[in-house]
Amino acid sequence: MVTKIMSWFDERLPITATIERHLTKYPAPINMNIWYLAGFLLIVVLVIQLISGIWLLMSYEPTAEGAFASIQYIMRDVEYGWMIRYMHTTGASAFFALIYLHMFRGMMYGSYQKPRELLWVIGWFTYLLLCMLGFTGYVLPWGQMSFWAAQVIMSLFGSIPFFGEELLTWIRGDYLISGITLNRLFALHVVLLPLALIVVIFVHILALHEVGSNNPDGVDVKKFKDEDGVPLDTKPFFPYDIVHDLYAVGVFLIFFCFIMFFYPDGGGYVIEYVNYEAADNLKTPEHIVPSWYYTPYYAMLRAITFPLFGLSAKFLGFVVMAAGIAIFVALPWLDRSPVKSIRYKGVYSKFFLTLFVISFFVLGYLGSVASTPIRTILAQFFTCTYFAYFLLMPIYSKYEKCNPVPDRVTLS
Amino acid sequence: MRLLTLILLLFSANFVAESAAPCGNYIGDDLDHIGTCDDAKVDPTDIASLQRGAQIYMNYCLGCHSLKYARYKRVAEDLEIPLELFKENLIFGDQKLGDLITIGMEPKEAKAWYGNTPPDLTLEAGLRGPDWIYTYLKSFYIDESRPLGVNNMVYENVGMPNVLFNMQGEQRRVCKEVPAKASNGGLKQDPLTGKVLSVEKCGFLELAEGTGEVTKEQFDSNMRDLTNFMAYMTDPAKVERETVGFYVIFYLIIFTVLAYLLYREFKKDLH
Repeated sequence: MVTKIMSWFDERLPITATIERHLTKYPAPINMNIWYLAGFLLIVVLVIQLISGIWLLMSYEPTAEGAFASIQYIMRDVEYGWMIRYMHTTGASAFFALIYLHMFRGMMYGSYQKPRELLWVIGWFTYLLLCMLGFTGYVLPWGQMSFWAAQVIMSLFGSIPFFGEELLTWIRGDYLISGITLNRLFALHVVLLPLALIVVIFVHILALHEVGSNNPDGVDVKKFKDEDGVPLDTKPFFPYDIVHDLYAVGVFLIFFCFIMFFYPDGGGYVIEYVNYEAADNLKTPEHIVPSWYYTPYYAMLRAITFPLFGLSAKFLGFVVMAAGIAIFVALPWLDRSPVKSIRYKGVYSKFFLTLFVISFFVLGYLGSVASTPIRTILAQFFTCTYFAYFLLMPIYSKYEKCNPVPDRVTLS
Repeated sequence: MRLLTLILLLFSANFVAESAAPCGNYIGDDLDHIGTCDDAKVDPTDIASLQRGAQIYMNYCLGCHSLKYARYKRVAEDLEIPLELFKENLIFGDQKLGDLITIGMEPKEAKAWYGNTPPDLTLEAGLRGPDWIYTYLKSFYIDESRPLGVNNMVYENVGMPNVLFNMQGEQRRVCKEVPAKASNGGLKQDPLTGKVLSVEKCGFLELAEGTGEVTKEQFDSNMRDLTNFMAYMTDPAKVERETVGFYVIFYLIIFTVLAYLLYREFKKDLH
C-alpha cells in the first residue's frame, strides 16, 4: 500500500529521488569532525529565528511612537513573550557565533578551493544577508543604541563623495533617522531579507550536494569507490550524520537555553544595557558600540583616522570596513596552494591563519570599547595583519613547502 | 615575542582603565576605590521586600516617575498582594487595576520645574544596574549651593530633590582622618614612634543621628527594598524564567543523553 502511494507520488514529484540524493544516499566523509557541526546548527538557528520572529511580529508595532513600548508589551503582557523575545535575541548572537565558526572551518580546511568556489561565494552571501538582518533587526526595538547605531552606520553612506548626502537621504527616507527609516528597515527585516536568506541557503545546500562535502584532510573522497559506485570513505548522511547532529543539537541547545533563560542580556553583549532607554534623538549615548558580531569591522572603520587623496577619513574607513567583509569572496582565487587542508599546508599558511584569528579577536575587542590613541594604533596594526592574511596569500601559499597529502582520509 | 608582550601590557592597562567608577564620587566601605557602588543584594524571591519596596515607590516616587510599561494588576499578582488591598492602598486617583502605571504630571511642566523631565523608571534597573540605584538613593546630602539645597555623590548636580529627606534625615558631606597608606600597600607608620599615620580625606557622607524618621540601618534596608522592587520592575519574569529554564535544561540533558546513546549505537555500524 505504502509503496503504491509512494510510486504514485514519485511519478509526479521526485520525492524518493530527492530524499536519496540529499539524505539517505548523500555521501558524507567519515572523517568529518566537530567543526562540521556548525552548518547543521545554523539551520537549527535559522528555524529558531524564523519561528520566534513570526511570533514577535504578532505583537510588535513598527512605529517610532509605539515600537519601544510594544517590546515591553511583549515582555510583560504577552504570554511567554519574554521567552519569544529572548529566543530571538539569543538566536541572533548564536547565528553569528556559528557562522563565524562555519567560515573559519572553511578557511582552515580549504573548503573554498576548487570545485567549491561557488559554494563558498554563495555562503558568503548568506553571511552578508545575515549582517544586514542583524543590523535591521537591531534597530527595531527603537532603544537608544538601536537609534544611534543606525545613525552611525547609515551616516557612512553620507561619506561617499559627490552624491553621498543625497544617497543618505534616499536610504533614510528622511533628513534624519525617523519613523520612516524604522518602517523601511522593518520591511526589509521581516520580508525581503529573510526571504532572500532562505533562498540563498537553499541554493548553498544544493551547491554543496552537487560538489560534495570537503573533509579535514582536504582529500577527494570520490577518488576511491566500491563496486556500487559509493565512495569508500563516506557514510550516508542519513541516518549516520543526522544522529550525530541530533546529539550536537542537544549540547548546543543546553548552552543556548542557559543564556536564554539565565543570562538573556549576555552581560550586555546579547542585549546592550543602553537599549533599556527609549530612542531619544537629542541625547547621544556616551559610547556608541555595535553588537559584538560587528565589532571587528567597527574597529576597522575607526582605525582610519586620516584623509587620503582628497577622500575623507570616514569614507576610507567605510571602504576598509566593507573590504574587510567583502574580501572573503576572493579567497578561492587568492589561495594558490596545491593542497586544501591546513593539516598539509606549509608553515606560512599556518602562521597567517593564526595571525588572522588573533587580528579578528583583537579587533573585536577594540571595536567594543571607547577608542584611545593607543587603541587606534593597535586597530591600525591589526587591520593590516587581518588583510595580510588575504593579500599575501597568493605569495605564501604558492611558494611554501607543503606536506604530502594522503590518498585517503585519515582517522584519528 | 617582544611585540606580543607589549600588546599584552597595553591590553592589561586598558582593562584597568575600563573599570572606571560607576558610582561617581561615592566612597563606600572600600576607601581605595572611590565610586564603587554598594551591593544592593537584590533578591526577586524576597516577596516581603518587594512589597515594602512597592509601598515606598507608590508613596514617594510615583508622583514624578511613572512605570508606564507595567500594569498595576501584574504587580499586585506577582507581589502576592490581594487585589482589593492593592487597589485601596497603592493606586491613587481613579486608575483601574488593569491600567498601566502612568502619572498625571505633564512632561513639559516637569521640565520647567526640574530642568529635566523625570524619567520613566520601569527599566531603570536594567539601564543603570540595581547597585547604582541603591547607592544613588543613599547618597543625597545637604548642599546649599544647589537650587534644591541637595546634591548627590553618585550623580553630581542631579536635578532631583531628595524626596526621602524626612525618612533619612540630615546627611552632610564631611572630611575624616583615615589611616595613611604606605607605598607597599600596608599602613604608613611613623618611623620613630611606630604609630600609624593618618591623612585627611574628604567626600564621606555623615548622617546626623535622630534627624530622620528611621534609623540609618532601617533607611538602608528600606532603600534595598525599593531597589529590589525596581529590579523586579525591569525584569518581572525573572523568577518564572529561571524556573522554566531549569526544567528546559533538565529535559535537554535527558534528550542529549538519549541522542548520544543513539549516536553511539549507529557509530558501531561504521567500524
